[in-house]
Amino acid sequence: MSNPSTVKTRASGPTRLRRRTRVSEFALETLIRVLGFSTIGFVLLIFLFLLREGLPAFFQVSPAALFSTHWYPTYGFFGTLPLILGSLLVTLLAIVIALPLGVATAVFVREVAPQWTREILKPVIEVLAGVPSVVLGFFGMTFVAPLVREVLGAPTGLTAFSGALILAYMALPTIITVAEDALDSVPRSLRDAGLAMGATRWQTIWRVVVPGARSGILTAVMLGMGRAIGETMAVMMVTGNAAVMPTSLVSLFRPIRTMTATIAAEMGEVARGSTHYHMLFGIGIILFILTFLINLAAASAIFQKKRKGGLR
Amino acid sequence: MLAVVCLSAAFIAGCAGGRSGKATGAPQPVLSLQNTGSDTLVNLALAWAERYMTLRPQVRISVTGGGSGTGIASLINGTIQIANASREMSAEEIAQARKNGIEPVRFTVALDAIAVVENPHNPVNGLTLGQIASMYVGAVTRWSAIGGEDRPVVLLSRESNSGTYVYFLEQVLRGGDAKGTALFSPETLLMPSSEGISAEIRQNPNAIGYDGLGYVTADQKMIAVARTADGPYVLPSARTVLDKSYPISRPLYMYTAGQPTGLVREYLDWVRTDGQELVTPLGFVPLAGSGQ
Repeated sequence: MSNPSTVKTRASGPTRLRRRTRVSEFALETLIRVLGFSTIGFVLLIFLFLLREGLPAFFQVSPAALFSTHWYPTYGFFGTLPLILGSLLVTLLAIVIALPLGVATAVFVREVAPQWTREILKPVIEVLAGVPSVVLGFFGMTFVAPLVREVLGAPTGLTAFSGALILAYMALPTIITVAEDALDSVPRSLRDAGLAMGATRWQTIWRVVVPGARSGILTAVMLGMGRAIGETMAVMMVTGNAAVMPTSLVSLFRPIRTMTATIAAEMGEVARGSTHYHMLFGIGIILFILTFLINLAAASAIFQKKRKGGLR
Repeated sequence: MLAVVCLSAAFIAGCAGGRSGKATGAPQPVLSLQNTGSDTLVNLALAWAERYMTLRPQVRISVTGGGSGTGIASLINGTIQIANASREMSAEEIAQARKNGIEPVRFTVALDAIAVVENPHNPVNGLTLGQIASMYVGAVTRWSAIGGEDRPVVLLSRESNSGTYVYFLEQVLRGGDAKGTALFSPETLLMPSSEGISAEIRQNPNAIGYDGLGYVTADQKMIAVARTADGPYVLPSARTVLDKSYPISRPLYMYTAGQPTGLVREYLDWVRTDGQELVTPLGFVPLAGSGQ
């Protein structure tokens, strides 16, 4: 949105512009504006498409059946509850694993590491984010899953826990980068005040700097969650895809089925226009709402951070 | 800046020009054929297409997988000439095709055995259909209950829309009873690919799985299957499928839109006669009476 306005200021500059230049400026400005608005338009159209294809599901399947516990789409059972809980379980578990690791890494990179280490670590962390998820999925299937089965004694290694490990790995770069920026924005005066009060370096970091950056860290967590809940390929390869209700702590170490894996696995072969087809888009809507809520929470955390001003 | 505008305008115009040129299409000198569907059949279909294209260089056959449902849907939408399917079209699908003015015609092109597999370290050698069914519906959850080691059973299956899944459910879990209501246990792991099944079978001694005979690799152990406890326990092979002693086998199909003519007819005739020699090396069973 800022682009068109910059162009406009420039165009209304000196009045002795040659006509040709003015025409080209106008054309460019229009082009940029059209591109900017079409992006919004495409997002809107995708959302409308999702609604058009997905909403019929909520009329064709009764609410009671929709939130029942059996997912056998080819035989008329459309209980989405195990899928929703499966997605939430893996995502939350991934964040529980990734949060301490991510924040600790950010603190190390930002506060502790010497300059040269930081210069190596930062690009390495950014490269982590670039590993394709299918590669991680294959790694999870052939290496992590057998390890989880042997070490934990679970019947199979394709479990929610294995999926969470892979997702935690995928969410880490996001969490580290955003948390590091948050630590960076804590004013120097606060650190100085902490040290001047006689606190050690560690006390200053954990009692002053990290709490000062907490809203930024919260944003990091939300963005990491957004990354994790929408991930498909790696999850489909590692979690076993059994639509079981997670009922106890043991469920963490048993297979589950996520919403994303369900859509990806079944969309390819579903008969167009059938209840099952609409249901898959319906799951898409549920997923969209969940991701939207997470992003909203992240945005409101950023907003609060700005409003508070002092702590930034 | 003017230059940029001109360039991008030329680029856009170039793109649009290129696209419309493609749409009108120059008359094609080659005969082409689209063939999509069953993942079970895809390797065999590829082998047929490649061999046929060396026999008739002016023919272009493109083969893709995606599952029986995908192939049938494409046939209904009229985007392909031949759909590969590892199951019969459902009444619903046939009705849909007719609504689009397409009368699907079915050709049996090969036979396939569904092998039941386990980890090579699992001492169980043979199971009856009833035992396999009771494992897959979740009634038997430990190997010890059917004469194996004291281990939990981990059930592996293909995804719920694959033709193999439907066939296994109807013929094994429901014992061929059309009114049966048995379903896979919710604990069943639905693997997105044959590779997913073989990877888990290879490393997990608790696992039991099933897949087309052509997809069973040497590091998986096949279980001999019996119709009743009295036996005989039979391993899947071309011979046992043809003499019908192996109980879990099925025909594989190619569907065409209407009675085929021209190239489609010639290709299918070839597949069902000379093409049958490619069937056995890929682990499938050639049609009886094709002289193989």
